Amino acid sequence: MFEFIKKLFGPEPSSVTARERLRLVLLSDHLSLAPDVVESLKGDLIEVISRYCEVDVANCDVTFEQQDKQVAMLANIPILGMRSRQAPRTPEPPPAPAPPPVSSTPAAAQSTAHPAPSPPKAGGAGAGAPRRRRRRKSGGVAPNAAPQAT
Amino acid sequence: MAARRIVVTSGKGGVGKTTTTANVGAALAQRGHRVVLVDADIGLRNLDLVLGVEKRIVFDLVEVVEGRCQLRQALIKDKRIENLAILPAAQTRDKTAVSELQFADVVTQLGELCDYVLIDCPAGIEHGFRNAIAGATEAVVVTTPEVSAIRDADRVIGKLRERGLSLRVIVNRIRPEMVRSGDMLSVDDVTDILSAELLGIVPDDAEIIDTTNRGEPVVLNVESRLAAIYTKIARRLEGEVVPFTALNPPGFFERIFGKAG
Amino acid sequence: MLHDVIPQEAAAPDAPAKPRGRAIVVTSGKGGVGKTTTTANVGAALAAAGASVVLVDADVGLRNLDIVMGLEARVRHHVLDVLENKATLDEALVTDKRVPQLKLLAAAQTREKDDVDTAAFRALIDSLRSRFDYVLIDCPAGIEMGFANAIVGADEAIVVCTPEVSAVRDADRVVGLLGDTRKVHLIVNRLRPELVRKGKMLSVEDVNAILRLPLLGIIADAPDVIVSTNKGEPVALDAASPVGSAYRAIAERISGARTDAPAIPRERSFFDKLFGSR
Repeated sequence: MFEFIKKLFGPEPSSVTARERLRLVLLSDHLSLAPDVVESLKGDLIEVISRYCEVDVANCDVTFEQQDKQVAMLANIPILGMRSRQAPRTPEPPPAPAPPPVSSTPAAAQSTAHPAPSPPKAGGAGAGAPRRRRRRKSGGVAPNAAPQAT
Repeated sequence: MAARRIVVTSGKGGVGKTTTTANVGAALAQRGHRVVLVDADIGLRNLDLVLGVEKRIVFDLVEVVEGRCQLRQALIKDKRIENLAILPAAQTRDKTAVSELQFADVVTQLGELCDYVLIDCPAGIEHGFRNAIAGATEAVVVTTPEVSAIRDADRVIGKLRERGLSLRVIVNRIRPEMVRSGDMLSVDDVTDILSAELLGIVPDDAEIIDTTNRGEPVVLNVESRLAAIYTKIARRLEGEVVPFTALNPPGFFERIFGKAG
Repeated sequence: MLHDVIPQEAAAPDAPAKPRGRAIVVTSGKGGVGKTTTTANVGAALAAAGASVVLVDADVGLRNLDIVMGLEARVRHHVLDVLENKATLDEALVTDKRVPQLKLLAAAQTREKDDVDTAAFRALIDSLRSRFDYVLIDCPAGIEMGFANAIVGADEAIVVCTPEVSAVRDADRVVGLLGDTRKVHLIVNRLRPELVRKGKMLSVEDVNAILRLPLLGIIADAPDVIVSTNKGEPVALDAASPVGSAYRAIAERISGARTDAPAIPRERSFFDKLFGSR
């Protein structure tokens, strides 16, 4: 709707274009220039995903790319397998009979229950080899993502 | 009390660092402070030219560092403005002739002799830039309201903040008529994008070209609107709160008969 | 079975050798005189006329060729990635949005100029010359390491100079450093004929009396360059722009399509000023 209104009033002034382009390019520049922030973010991201999947930590990668009107984070997180139990983040009705509580930390010991490597549950084909999975986050949260810890 | 040591930098070349250093320095000196201007652009010196002292250079910064002369011998006193002196750069050497420590040392020594040391920084973020900021505790970042200049200023601001230097921005060569027609970024755009405090707004004005040709700081012309603006910048550096005047685009007749701005 | 190792870029045995492209560095000494704008626009004009052109941004850490071209959102890899084998050349080359024969090889933004290995950069320029008709290298301001790397591998240079004393002085220094082995041409940028007439600005003759270089073009100061950079659209692609027309003429002189000497731009007339036209 806004795009339609913008078109009605003719091309936008070049200063408006310049402002927007600068905002994005500087965001991109800043993100590339803050390797410690990116490292922390990567660590946190891996930790969250590891609660749900077994992850090839050594080959994880997080980069930022400018794409037309936005800057997107691209996370490359090779998934080795799903965990047998997901660490619950939202309160769930207690199952009956209640099994022993599962630890929410992604301990390495959890992964031994799985034959590795195995293809992830979600997504398409992919036999044997660890599957690369790209996640795009550009401001919003993906529909099934766990609620963010603050 | 030791002097304030201010580096005038930008990242992007050609936005007005040397002009700013010369004129803000001259304005401070006119207001009674003892000011030394240092040209850190070894190999591409221009501060001497802008001040019209290029024929009076005997010794330069590199010779001071190499111990071939005393610091005072290399200082050139301005003949028109009392309390203003310049330490020129060498022209036939390159920036690696001086290390950061050596440069910082010269600036500290100068600080014992005056109230303000203004360092004219070369373009870029290489060795020359690192030298220039080594001596300083404060920075003035000069930018024009253009995309490349702002991007480079942002990079430089990042580096200055890493070093813990306080900084303020001068927006140079603004053209109010182009801002009004939406063809140029405004001063607010610039300070918002850079998240930095404003020190001064200087309009694009052909008078600078003319005065540089003649080697005269524009502040010597008391009727000049640029002189008034640089004086305000000097007052803000002193700590006074001076409001920014709205710049009006040149009037109808000014446009026809070629008034600058 | 024995296999010969076949180099990836070997031409078919009977194909005629492609003439090597020209590598031209755009430099000035003084910053802010229009090197990047010139590189972008001369490149765009050459490509629009049919040549294959690659623009190389040698300003590591302070890159701007990408933003002047409006391609900043498309840069994925840069020169250092290629030199350090973290990306292939094809992955790093960005194709222009408007002119497909025009490609950009961006500088790294978060690295330093000292990170560039001079010999490797020269080899890169050489390999670009075998793929493109023109390799235009945007040189950083100054005469430090960035400048030294940018000029390596280029056997031609364009010196951009504005009619101001500092710029002329710096250009003179650079001409000295470019040495005798390169073909060097001059572009005088941001001339204001009305100020020259009033004696408040150096004339083209004044500038060239000192630099003494063959003149490739004279470009008048005009606000449309600012607007075009705001939008990321080189003026050389704008048929109505006088500055664009000046850049197109420069491109024709470079390619040999025209051999006339550049004309001094006329002053903006009374009516131009009255009605605010450029």
